[in-house]
Amino acid sequence: MIITNTEEIPGKTITTCLGVVSGSTVRAKHAGRDIMAGLKNIVGGELKGYTELLSEARDQAMDRLQAQAQQLGANAIVNVRFSTSSVAAGASEIYIYGTAVIVE
Amino acid sequence: MTELIIFAALISLGFFVGQYLEKRHYASIQMREKQLINLVTTTSKTPVGDVGEISHCTLVSGNAVISIDYFKRIVAGLRAIFGGTVRSYETLIDRSRREAILRLKESCPEAAQIINLRIETSSVFKGKKNDVGSVEVLAYGTAVYIK
Repeated sequence: MIITNTEEIPGKTITTCLGVVSGSTVRAKHAGRDIMAGLKNIVGGELKGYTELLSEARDQAMDRLQAQAQQLGANAIVNVRFSTSSVAAGASEIYIYGTAVIVE
Repeated sequence: MTELIIFAALISLGFFVGQYLEKRHYASIQMREKQLINLVTTTSKTPVGDVGEISHCTLVSGNAVISIDYFKRIVAGLRAIFGGTVRSYETLIDRSRREAILRLKESCPEAAQIINLRIETSSVFKGKKNDVGSVEVLAYGTAVYIK
């Protein structure tokens, strides 16, 4: 599966457009990571636990996006966009959407 | 009295350790930016210049969550009374963005170019008092590989 965030895939032509596909996941932080982050808040710097948590969440949302595209019979997803929103205190939603297409 | 001592300890810890960590982080960012200067990253939608025959392209991304220290948080709080430039948040966001772009580049050192770079910033996991303690920056783009 070819995934890009450009409208066209360089070097390939799009033959069929199958519409918008999306994948999302909501993740909450867990207490252990929260305590570490609380300590890190005093001296500042990177919160590695959160960085990992969010990139894992993004991988999961990406898997769901790909699964949906495969269901439609697509072999590529173009114009992929990411969006993050905090739904409630302590939880974040990761949403990925793009256009499923068939390329030659 | 005890509360005051704790407050003073947190502020000085934030000031000294925070400043040291920020300096170290900036040094590391500048060093890595120099190393990766040859990997062209643009916001253009097509590869820039004559790149030759393209073999494949793929989505790449890099993210970083960076938190502000206690001293700067207090200073930013005071700033909110008088208004004006909040320098403490400027450096926080600046180094998060640069770190995210560096991670994006480091994830695909073999690529010829990274096109259509987009940067998204969000304040993650907001605290109870709705204060911006940490920001997450996600940088993503399309890595183009040539034959």
